[in-house]
Amino acid sequence: MVSILDIIGPVMVGPSSSHTAGACRIGLLARCLVGGTPEKAHVELHGSFARTGEGHGTDKAIVAGLMGFRPDDDRIRTALDIAAREGLDYEFEKTTISDDAHPNTTRITVERGSRTAVMVGSSLGAGRILITEIDGYPVEISGSYHTIVLVAEDVPGSIARIAALLAEAHLNIATLKLTRKKRGGDAFMVIEIDEKPDEAIRDRIRALPWVRWAFRLDKVAA
Amino acid sequence: MYRSLAEAIADAKARGVTLSELAIATEADDQGRDAADIRAALMRALVVMRDAVSQGLKGDLRSQSGLVGGDAEKLVSGPAGPLAGTPFRDILARALAVQEVNAAMGVIVAAPTAGGAGVLPAVLTGLAAARNIPDERVVDALATAGLIGAVVADRASLSGAEGGCQAETGAAAGMAAGAATEMLGGSPDQVGHAVALAQQGTLGLVCDPLGGLVELPCVFRNATGAAIALAAIEMAMAGITFAIPADEVIDTMGEIGREMDVRYRETAGGGLAATPTGRRLAKERLVQIKKH
Repeated sequence: MVSILDIIGPVMVGPSSSHTAGACRIGLLARCLVGGTPEKAHVELHGSFARTGEGHGTDKAIVAGLMGFRPDDDRIRTALDIAAREGLDYEFEKTTISDDAHPNTTRITVERGSRTAVMVGSSLGAGRILITEIDGYPVEISGSYHTIVLVAEDVPGSIARIAALLAEAHLNIATLKLTRKKRGGDAFMVIEIDEKPDEAIRDRIRALPWVRWAFRLDKVAA
Repeated sequence: MYRSLAEAIADAKARGVTLSELAIATEADDQGRDAADIRAALMRALVVMRDAVSQGLKGDLRSQSGLVGGDAEKLVSGPAGPLAGTPFRDILARALAVQEVNAAMGVIVAAPTAGGAGVLPAVLTGLAAARNIPDERVVDALATAGLIGAVVADRASLSGAEGGCQAETGAAAGMAAGAATEMLGGSPDQVGHAVALAQQGTLGLVCDPLGGLVELPCVFRNATGAAIALAAIEMAMAGITFAIPADEVIDTMGEIGREMDVRYRETAGGGLAATPTGRRLAKERLVQIKKH
């Protein structure tokens, strides 16, 4: 459903809703995978991101997102200088991610402390984004909700247990998607939630013996 | 939100409300938000729009590539033309201003997109300044513009990559024309005609930015988009009607967009981007950005 606030908005740093605002949002989500500003980031740019990204500040916007700046933060303009000062060691590479990847796609590898994660995301236009892969698992995350992603052993009752944990915390599930690479293999769960979950919930999910890892992703879009 | 302007106009008339009241009530219902909350969000957008206008009018901005910037100020202090001293000239300046801010990585409201962000603030804040219209009514106009844009998003497209510039500055002109017509006291029917008149004037407009950058001709397309919106407002307020309903004009825009060759949809493969000068400038400027 189209909202008039999607039409009259977002408030953003120019010049391009796809190449700047959307790119920033992808950076914001990649940051969540390591729980804060990464120490190192390797950013691969594909298609139009690679061809016209520099002129649109796509590099600045992604780095700004990695540092937690939102699309309307005018520090985006000087994000590369700020990153150098704050010790975020970034590098960009122009590449072809795959022949059928969306024209505005990036693969971001982030490292912070002992944590490393890889995310593939596309900017679909008008600031909308779609994360399509996390650590090799295919996902579909729009950033329009608070999201919990987790990898767990494929055991019966796992969904019920996690749904119960969320219900106890009065969190309402908007969507839930389960994927697995093979039967009995690890299950990958993406849960979009109406309210913002706190760190405690993620920790309780992580504490479940059959959960390998869990992340909380911020809501980054309207 | 509404998927047909005709339906929205009929509902507004049946309930005896304006399109902005209808837009806010429908949005509140759709999204489960308070009307006051929606109006506050639109007010925040208006503040950002005004800030972008004043920043751009100062004239000290250059775009990322250096291709555009500083032209808005020329309409403030440059030599007089036939529109000198009129709100028309001021609105052209405002449209350039916002888009120059956008190209310089300043803060704007993407309404409906970043590439078409100059038209709506220029027309609404320019007319509000000329006629002493209070902010509350400008906020109403933004809601009406949102309703019109939602219909365009649903029936056609708001993306230059999908539908060419007719879907960005063209849609912005339609939104601005309808919204301003209501702001100046036009009826819901007049709003519909204003949208149709503006959108018909931009049918077929291609998206052909040099080097794929939201700079040239985008900055100027926003000024000419605002001019088309003003022409549509003037005609609709005078009681001129357009025989093809707005919904059908919007559908036509969508159809033309789908048929448009990919060269004309933000790829820099055709149009002004592919002219000898366009290619040369893009090449020089992209090298500049890399050195920067």
